[in-house]
Amino acid sequence: MSAENTQTLTRQDFVSDQDVRWCPGCGDYAILSQVQKLFPTLGIPKENFLIVSGIGCSSRFPYYMDTYGFHSIHGRAPALASGAKLANPNLSVWVVTGDGDSMSIGGNHFIHVMRRNIDMNILMFNNRIYGLTKGQYSPTSELGKVTKSTPMGSLDYPFNPPQLALGASGTFIARTIDREQKHMGLVLKEANNHKGTSFVEIYQNCNIFNDGAFSELTDKGTKAETQLVLEHGKPMIFGADNDKGLILDGSNFKIVKLGKDISADDILIHDREDKNLAMLLSEITYIPELPVPIGILYQESKPTYDKMMTDQIQEAKKSVGSGDLEKLFFGTNSWIVE
Amino acid sequence: MSTVKKNISEVDGATIRFAGDSGDGMQLTGSQFSDNTAIFGNDLATLPDFPAEIRAPKGSLAGVSSFQLQFSNKDIHTPGDDLDVLVAMNPAGLKVHLGDLKDNGMLIINTANFTPKNIKLAGYEDSPLDGDSLNGYQVIKVDMTKLVATALEKIDLSSKLKARSTNMFALGLLYWLYGRSLDSSVNFIQKKFAKAPDIVDANIKALNAGYYYGETLEVIKTTYRVNKAEFEKGKYRNIMGNNALAFGLLTAAQRSGLDLYYGGYPITPASDILHYLAQYKNFGVKTFQAEDEIAGVVSAIGAAFAGDLAITATSGPGVALKSEALGLAVITELPLVLVNVQRGGPSTGLPTKTEQSDLNQAIFGRNGEAPMVVLAPATPADCFMMAYEACRIALKFMIPVILLSDGYIANGSEPWKIPDVNTLPEMETRILKKKDGYAPYNHSNPDLARPWALPGTPGMEHRVGGLEKWEETGHVSYDPENHQKMVELRQEKVDIIARDLAPAKPFGKESGDLLVIGWGGTHGAIRSAVETAQNEGMAVSHLHLRHLNPLPLNLGEILVKFQKVMIAELNLGQLANIIRAKFLVDAVGLNKVQGKPFTQSEVFNKIKELVKGI
Repeated sequence: MSAENTQTLTRQDFVSDQDVRWCPGCGDYAILSQVQKLFPTLGIPKENFLIVSGIGCSSRFPYYMDTYGFHSIHGRAPALASGAKLANPNLSVWVVTGDGDSMSIGGNHFIHVMRRNIDMNILMFNNRIYGLTKGQYSPTSELGKVTKSTPMGSLDYPFNPPQLALGASGTFIARTIDREQKHMGLVLKEANNHKGTSFVEIYQNCNIFNDGAFSELTDKGTKAETQLVLEHGKPMIFGADNDKGLILDGSNFKIVKLGKDISADDILIHDREDKNLAMLLSEITYIPELPVPIGILYQESKPTYDKMMTDQIQEAKKSVGSGDLEKLFFGTNSWIVE
Repeated sequence: MSTVKKNISEVDGATIRFAGDSGDGMQLTGSQFSDNTAIFGNDLATLPDFPAEIRAPKGSLAGVSSFQLQFSNKDIHTPGDDLDVLVAMNPAGLKVHLGDLKDNGMLIINTANFTPKNIKLAGYEDSPLDGDSLNGYQVIKVDMTKLVATALEKIDLSSKLKARSTNMFALGLLYWLYGRSLDSSVNFIQKKFAKAPDIVDANIKALNAGYYYGETLEVIKTTYRVNKAEFEKGKYRNIMGNNALAFGLLTAAQRSGLDLYYGGYPITPASDILHYLAQYKNFGVKTFQAEDEIAGVVSAIGAAFAGDLAITATSGPGVALKSEALGLAVITELPLVLVNVQRGGPSTGLPTKTEQSDLNQAIFGRNGEAPMVVLAPATPADCFMMAYEACRIALKFMIPVILLSDGYIANGSEPWKIPDVNTLPEMETRILKKKDGYAPYNHSNPDLARPWALPGTPGMEHRVGGLEKWEETGHVSYDPENHQKMVELRQEKVDIIARDLAPAKPFGKESGDLLVIGWGGTHGAIRSAVETAQNEGMAVSHLHLRHLNPLPLNLGEILVKFQKVMIAELNLGQLANIIRAKFLVDAVGLNKVQGKPFTQSEVFNKIKELVKGI
């Protein structure tokens, strides 16, 4: 498709003719809306988008987007997306998954796609609950979560998704929140620009089975105190009056108050290329007294699997010549019967 | 040493076996002899047999590795039943294989490994070289290791490295026994060890030492010649099943103009398919070694959606893991080829041994009504054609296909007449270029194939997935009538492929007392046994099925023309159950699950028993 076609794309071009069937009030609507808003602005021909999902509420996403789409099986979306990207590297591949789909049944595919750094974007809707199976705890639910399957409280410690992604050598690790529309838009755009596997954890409210899981982070009255909005090269300042900041005390974060003795210059600067810092930032998510970081925690530039595969094929063609079946079959150990 | 004059005896063929420790290089020795034999112009068939352990305890019975081949001046189909020559490199090899040596057969023994420890490990009380237990065979005792050490005296290598050439000594001795040229192996050694001239030197010297040692041997009075077999004019090479299978896939990709995508996870005995394909990057082949079996097949489904010729290969346990994804390929109606190189089961079973016990799994092993096309190659060389056929069907009918190979034909080899690829059946794809009247689940064509609208094509954006689909639009549908219609449609998609196949034709007369049916790698043993029976005047024919789902349209007509039907398979009667259920014939089974192929005499004896009862 030519460039002029991409210029005329609008949000409406990405809305499919299917009725959206998420529960009223579900956080998924906000994400769908942002993605539909974002896609026409990326300069990518409509036909080059491919959205792949697994199983779960979030995984109905492809049906609502008028792009190529594949609603696959539970946990396997990263594997399916990998094959599609390798088959056609021109595609802009987006995986939509949930915390159960990607952290539990699909945990293996998740870590391996991160490690390989195949060029795609993974949006993980994290609502810390199983929605489509009606309310069991998930691998990101907090310890002691009382659900239908855990009447006395869950016994397993939750995964920390950004930290898992870091441990799996992820090259783009970000977090945003369903209610923070503008922030989400910016993060998704950056994810798209990143060459390699981009992982975006999106905190998403399930108003049926886990309502209010992120309310402290999203309520107007509290969010300024509980969110730490990361910006590359900027000090880590937060608070309703922008008067709090983070500094390092040994290898732990400490909140300090800006004032007479402490200025913005004393506050830790976010460097998204610093892996150690990313590790610390991902850890503070679970420390109640510290704010929860959102934004791009980490980004690293390194060759993608898909590019290296294409290069190897080119290299092989260059060094031994394009394949010739006859030559291959009739090699050594062959003979002619006259 | 002086040369001893020998008689030369012309024979029709021979069956020989090399046996030794896993680390003794028996597989290499056997495959070298096979390649040499093929180039010389005999017909041949091979049977490699090795343990699942990479290096089982040295000298143990469990660690014995062997390689058998039959070669002949006639058209042969099996690696042979009883041995004319057994080469035993150690006591364990002797213990395991002596029972298969013919009376008065030749037994060549490397005495160097008959140490008290090895003798005990093999379960012998006393050395079998002493006493009279080997009377009745022509025993050639050679201290090969010592002779190799002497021959390599001047080479600067450790004695351990020198001893590794001992297998080449044994190979040289066998070359001499059958009057062969050493050239093919010399070339091979030079190429394989090109970076280590000392190793090249050592192996060639050991090979020659073995060859010339034969001439000095007084105990061998006669050497043998097996003349060339008659082959049709053409170009040939010796080929293993997995290699032929990889070639077939590659050819299908080239002929269809698609890139070949292979997603898989290493598993015995299928890994070699991945190894071969990984070498063909200059053909544009993409190989993806996935994190597990599931990712292997699912990535292939993704590649199929995006327009590559998508393949995955595995063995039984891997198919079990892939089953859910196969259902996805069925409901999304994408072209996909899954190769199952069967091994002994259940569970991990017998990883390196052959069996045909995954037929039920291939035909029935998915949730829901999820029919798949199932094919099976009959011989190592046939793996080429059947891999090509699997791709042809997948692409033409937009349907996933299972190709059931097995460990025996995967690792066995035979001469392959190299085809002119331009004469192979046309490859047809359903790739849609024009949007007119496009609907993703439109099946309005005689082949019931839906269009292949590839991502990247403007105007054909659509969604597929595991939920039931409306006919035409492909939208999600829970409608009862539509589900019934789609389930029946997916079954019909498989059934109508039978119309695309040539009618089945038995080998032998079209009616008679007994029809022997087989499928897959049992072809050789059945064909040999049926030929013998026919030569003895029995009214027996052989029908070998290469298409197992759907079955040939005329199968029912053939069955009723025989008084009895026997189905020989390496399982407890899986094809027999299907044929009995479908055609209501009282088929008798010949079943074996020992991790080994049928011998021709096993099949022949059953034929005789059944024909006698008529």
